[in-house]
Amino acid sequence: MRGGLIELASTGMWVPEKVLTNADLERMVDTTDEWITERTGIKERRIAGDDMTAVEMGYRAGKAAVADAGLEPADVDAIIVSTATPDRLLPATACDIQARLEARDAVAFDVWGACSGWLYAINIGSGLILSEQAETVLCVATEKMSAIVDWTDRATCVLFGDAAGATVLRRSGGNGHGILSTYMRSDGTLAELLYRSPLDSGSVPVDVAELAVRDGYLRMAGREVFKNAVRSMCEAVDAVLEKAGVTKDEIDLLVPHQANIRIIEATARYAGLSMDRVWVNVDRYGNTSSATIPVALHEAREAGRIEEGSLVLMVTFGAGLTWAGMLIRW
Amino acid sequence: MADIESRVRDIIVTELGVEPSKVTPEASFVEDLGADSLDTVELVMAFEEEFGIEIPDEDAEKMETVGDAIKYLTEKEGA
Ligand SMILES: CC(C)(COP(=O)(O)OP(=O)(O)OC[C@H]1O[C@@H](n2cnc3c(N)ncnc32)[C@H](O)[C@@H]1OP(=O)(O)O)[C@@H](O)C(=O)NCCC(=O)NCCS
Repeated sequence: MRGGLIELASTGMWVPEKVLTNADLERMVDTTDEWITERTGIKERRIAGDDMTAVEMGYRAGKAAVADAGLEPADVDAIIVSTATPDRLLPATACDIQARLEARDAVAFDVWGACSGWLYAINIGSGLILSEQAETVLCVATEKMSAIVDWTDRATCVLFGDAAGATVLRRSGGNGHGILSTYMRSDGTLAELLYRSPLDSGSVPVDVAELAVRDGYLRMAGREVFKNAVRSMCEAVDAVLEKAGVTKDEIDLLVPHQANIRIIEATARYAGLSMDRVWVNVDRYGNTSSATIPVALHEAREAGRIEEGSLVLMVTFGAGLTWAGMLIRW
Repeated sequence: MADIESRVRDIIVTELGVEPSKVTPEASFVEDLGADSLDTVELVMAFEEEFGIEIPDEDAEKMETVGDAIKYLTEKEGA
């Protein structure tokens, strides 16, 4: 196995045009702009219409990332997709995206890591490159959360939005640029805190089939998730910094999972970072599951907040529970 | 080390950003100290951190005033 670092050679994103504001939600459920803003920091989110699929969203973000890397889809050796909202359960969303991209020489598969899925995908992709099974890996997160939230449940429907983001992984050109350290964890004993209820289907096992509610919607114990989110993101901060031998004050930008501004602020406080060193877009997109970090990275690059040499820390958490962190020298 | 009561008060002052003089035993976190539901979650997390304990949700929900928190944590520490 050849050593060396893996870099994120490009970024790409796609979000639907339709904006759903807190004022719009006030007309749909018993809520207020004030409640949503104070508890979550979310002001609006994007909603993909009925005719937009997770595959198409992911394809658009993936195509943008391939182009941003100066490559053609035919150059891609592996496509790894993270999604909690596949259009269909078989085949993998990655295969459908592969077909749309016409990336004929690639292997394509999905990972199920919920909001942590994109960092999981990058980690797996890096492994493929380091073990010389691929040179160019496209990692895509595509999440049509609007399709799985219960639009009558005010405690969850105000939180989520739709988006897709992507990156191309390649071997780094050297000079210490690339992924410096990663951390991944899960705790399946906390699965009931956040899950998507199963639909009626022949493959549903007996104990799950006995669940009263089988509507395919997202269910969440908000407070417990909140506590675990803060703890696990702080743990991920410590873990990646320690592995890389880097101190908190060296971080140029924290790009956290965008679920709730209160969780982001608590994590930033823990990391000793003032909010001007944290990329925040939860106000504009809400929680787009695993797409939050690639979208945030793309925007931060466009805004000139990530430049060559920037030290970027990413941390995330989600259903599973899963959590992860990654430190990159851009 | 400071006594439990003053450690609890210090945490409340820092977490909720309130005047120390307002942190009286009768003061309710929500009614008097302006905490919202997530502030109370963060406050409980800070207590857990400071005292190295787990506070179950059922117990956390019963902690409505500064006095409730001091009493609960004193009992826990004594145990
Ligand atoms: C969802 C979250 C904002 C709710 O905040 P909270 O302080 O825990 O709120 P609670 O669920 O305790 O509800 C407090 C009150 O607000 C109400 N409420 C819930 N959603 C509301 C809404 N959209 N508008 C108005 N009121 C709402 C509740 O019904 C409850 O009312 P009650 O006291 O009369 O019963 C918060 O728990 C959270 O962000 N959790 C983490 C969620 C997350 O990030 N999930 C994604 C993981 S990837």
